[in-house]
Amino acid sequence: MQYSKKVLEHFAEPHNVGTMDDADGVGEVGNAVCGDVMRIFIKVKDDRIDDIKFQTLGCGAAIATSSMVTDLAKGKTLDEAMTINRDNVATQLDGLPPVKMHCSNLAADALHAAIEDYRKKQAAKAG
Amino acid sequence: MDTRKTIYMDHAATAATDPEVVEAMLPYFAEKFTNPATLYTPGRGNDEVIEAARETIAKVIKADPGEIYFTSGGTESDNWAVKGVALASEKKGRHIITSAIEHHAVLEPCEFLKKRGWDITVLGVSDTGLVDPADVEKAIRNDTVLVSVMHANNEIGTIEPIADIAKITRAKGVIFHCDAVQTIGKIPVDIKALGVDMASASAHKFYGPKGVGFAYIRKGTRVETFNHGGGQEAGRRAGTHNVPGIVGMAKAIELADARLGDGARLTSLAEMLWKGLVNSIPDMLRNSPQGNSLPGFLNIVVEGVEGEAMLLRLDGKGVCVSSGSACTTGSLEPSHVLLAIGLPAEVAHGSVRFTLGRENTEEDVKHVIKEFPKIVAVLRQMSPTYKPDCRKGGLPYAI
Ligand SMILES: Cc1ncc(COP(=O)(O)O)c(C=O)c1O
Repeated sequence: MQYSKKVLEHFAEPHNVGTMDDADGVGEVGNAVCGDVMRIFIKVKDDRIDDIKFQTLGCGAAIATSSMVTDLAKGKTLDEAMTINRDNVATQLDGLPPVKMHCSNLAADALHAAIEDYRKKQAAKAG
Repeated sequence: MDTRKTIYMDHAATAATDPEVVEAMLPYFAEKFTNPATLYTPGRGNDEVIEAARETIAKVIKADPGEIYFTSGGTESDNWAVKGVALASEKKGRHIITSAIEHHAVLEPCEFLKKRGWDITVLGVSDTGLVDPADVEKAIRNDTVLVSVMHANNEIGTIEPIADIAKITRAKGVIFHCDAVQTIGKIPVDIKALGVDMASASAHKFYGPKGVGFAYIRKGTRVETFNHGGGQEAGRRAGTHNVPGIVGMAKAIELADARLGDGARLTSLAEMLWKGLVNSIPDMLRNSPQGNSLPGFLNIVVEGVEGEAMLLRLDGKGVCVSSGSACTTGSLEPSHVLLAIGLPAEVAHGSVRFTLGRENTEEDVKHVIKEFPKIVAVLRQMSPTYKPDCRKGGLPYAI
């Protein structure tokens, strides 16, 4: 099994690592029993992802895909961000080893969960 | 990226072939290439070379030369033992006893037999990985034909009470196979004193070549032939001899035997590594039992971090190790050994195995003690499961 150079770069120096106290939406997927947990925090302004942070427990692919997803989502409208999927993330990283495509490529799901969380909160506010 | 040399700490996986071994092997590729079975002049001698290698190996483990059979390595020797005994004893019974921490080279042949109607008892182990001989005794039935327990575990290094188990199997008349792939060439092994009927060994674990090993089969042990073909190895294991491999293995075991004293140094290096790490990394567990592990073994689990991530970051610092996380076992499950000693899956994913060997020095250990805590801190900073509320934002260390 070999990781692409891009995966290793994102793994060695992941972008947008961290948490947010005042996040507008938070999404979490995976579970520790499987060895992968991803949490994504978003700040939304004018229907766009203004800031994004992530925390990930997992292997090289899990961390690299998290980093890539946050890069891809930053500045996008929520609808645009919802179109980011596992395949786009893998392609942007110049591919992932086949065994990693499913178990460690959950970052797009975490992003969608964060957006849904934001939308749910907005809907609740609107009453 | 660090510019210093590579620090290889994965000797339980394999080791570099000793240059003296390579030198001993070289003539047997092109110059003395002939088949040991031939009679013409240039071919004479290679059969003697094979027999000399057999004697060297027998002497080191205190067996008779006629009890040593050359194979392609640990996996073949294990397969031969499990399936060969099962087939030879079919009429007596179809029950096999093994342990939960065996190498896949034993567990998979057992699985294979299970699908074909054999009954397999898999014994559990203590939290330090020990098989209890009393459990073996209780599990033996009238139809039990084989007990297979490893000499030392390849993931955590635990050394098993083989001689005690052998007393039981001997009394009950059950064949006892012992996977000694991690011990032969690393700690003193007196096969007669251990009292086993069969044992497996592999040259690449003791600085010999890969793809060659041997099976010890005590005289009188009933085992079916595994490789059918020509009459090599007294008709019990056919196939043209791997002459360079066998010569290399004999040289390697001779050199390893002369260096067994190095084990004490490796044990103290592993101890130094543990002390250095435990001082600076909170929430870390040790899986290699102190005082009863193979020399140079240190298996740990680090909470809130995944093994492959630690392995890759250590690689970035020039340090080669392995891990028992799901990502590194190539399945969805973490190491069966770590689960068997009672670690929950979420903890087992955070395992790292350091296995030190000949070329490792105190400097190497100091390098790991310096770099590894930083790696753990950075990855924990990223981890949503490790005390997530303590930390925010930026990283405390440059990566
Ligand atoms: C305990 C044990 N048994 C069997 C094997 C398999 O040996 P080989 O690599 O020679 O097939 C190994 C090594 O991978 C091992 O550690």
